[in-house]
Amino acid sequence: MRIRFVLQEIGIGLRRNLTMTVAVIVSVAVSLTLFGLALMIRAQVNQMKDYWFDKIEVSIFLCNDNSAQSLACADGAVTLDQRKSIKASLDALIPQSVKAYYYESQQAAYQKATEQFKDSPIADFLTPEQLQESFRVKLTDPRRYLEVAGAYEGRPGVAAVEDQRKILKPFFTVLSTLRNGALGLAVVMLFVAVLLIGNTMRVAAFSRRRETGIMRLVGASNFYIQLPFLLEGAVAGLIGAGLASLMVMLAKSIGIDRHLAPNFALTPFIGWPAVVSTIWVLLIFGTAMSVIASFVTLRKYLRV
Amino acid sequence: MIRFENVSKLYATQQRPALREVTLEIERGEFVFLIGQSGSGKSTFLRLVLKEEKPTNGLIHVAGKDLGRLANWKIPHWRRQIGTVFQDFRLLPNKSVYQNVAFALEVIGKPRSVIRRVVPGVLELVGLEGKEDRLPNELSGGEQQRVAVARAFANQPVLLIADEPTGNLDPATSVGIMKLLDRINRTGTTVIMATHDQGIVDQMRKRVIELEFGELVRDQDRGVYGYRH
Repeated sequence: MRIRFVLQEIGIGLRRNLTMTVAVIVSVAVSLTLFGLALMIRAQVNQMKDYWFDKIEVSIFLCNDNSAQSLACADGAVTLDQRKSIKASLDALIPQSVKAYYYESQQAAYQKATEQFKDSPIADFLTPEQLQESFRVKLTDPRRYLEVAGAYEGRPGVAAVEDQRKILKPFFTVLSTLRNGALGLAVVMLFVAVLLIGNTMRVAAFSRRRETGIMRLVGASNFYIQLPFLLEGAVAGLIGAGLASLMVMLAKSIGIDRHLAPNFALTPFIGWPAVVSTIWVLLIFGTAMSVIASFVTLRKYLRV
Repeated sequence: MIRFENVSKLYATQQRPALREVTLEIERGEFVFLIGQSGSGKSTFLRLVLKEEKPTNGLIHVAGKDLGRLANWKIPHWRRQIGTVFQDFRLLPNKSVYQNVAFALEVIGKPRSVIRRVVPGVLELVGLEGKEDRLPNELSGGEQQRVAVARAFANQPVLLIADEPTGNLDPATSVGIMKLLDRINRTGTTVIMATHDQGIVDQMRKRVIELEFGELVRDQDRGVYGYRH
């Protein structure tokens, strides 16, 4: 393999087709930037889910004397047997769907509430009897909430089952929408980029048909004939992916570090490792995409 | 070197076959003229020899290979034993004489040391020493064709195919090219030359194969161009 010869051919090819090459680089860069942002949002969502879901519980509130008027607690406060049976069934769910649970008595709930409302007049009116005792259940997989909730809702002695996850739901919905939007745009732009690459290769193959014709004639292998074109595609793809990586890094250092992080101090934001792995994906994906798009086009236009 | 057995070729868009039941054999080291009017099947014959087309029927052996059984990915390597020269020279206009010949060796992966040794030799053989750095458009037609012959011969092919190599040249220049092809033939290379040039065929007295409407109508040792012309 004559490396210098091949490199020379790539240089000539990229320069000959400068406008098309620029178009390819820009479209690859834009599409991969969107793709990279989608990946980062996904990483962000996952990180926040891990963070929050770890702290989230499903609460099974038991009936007390005051809740007798509600439909679920028509029989009055929870009895000792009912509580025992709930506890036993929770024990049975460990470790398949329940990771751990603890029992919160009315007294404990009262302490928590007085702590929470200590600056508010409400604290003065609260008594332990007003509050509900509860089982605080931590699930192995927070998404399997319905299984657990279904098993306890309407059970004798259970007033209500509450999933704290639903508080975070609107937040995640916004993030998911953003991610899907970025992904959708990225797919459209990737499609455009692939078409552009294909067309560029077609033009390149046509403008070099004299050379490739002679190469075929003297018995150059297909691989050797296609290599300069493929490497051209790879170089253009790599440059585009490099630009996209730059954009992703800007999104992290300016968007997240400078603007979002100071305003949402409690939110765990993704760190540089997530950005670096995103960049790897972009570089590999961008190059592979260009090479494959080139290869498919060339098979058609550089046939032996 | 070449064996055709009942070879027919029918192009999809045409009614009449371009070649019909052609059977012939060309031995190693022969010099063969392929003649016939335009449309008689000469080009189809050469394209079949180069495996640029597949026959509709029949068997073709070239340089020891049954072309029907030659896998596509093996074609490039097989083609390296065949040199080709065309009427329109097919040189790269932006490369010098030397680079044009070297290009043919570069793209089949020959090391630079081999190229440096081989190219001056073939350029000398075709009589272009001293013109290595000229561009094709600075050369006469005959000189350009010499470059093309040098390129075809650089890899020491066992078979040289020339498709009307003198078609664009004046008679005196043509004689020079023919002398060159004859010299290459004397090194043991089989030469097949398609031509319309009556003077050359009559003068050289080599084997003549004549095609007419795709059929082999004459195969004559030490032949002449024709009786009807």
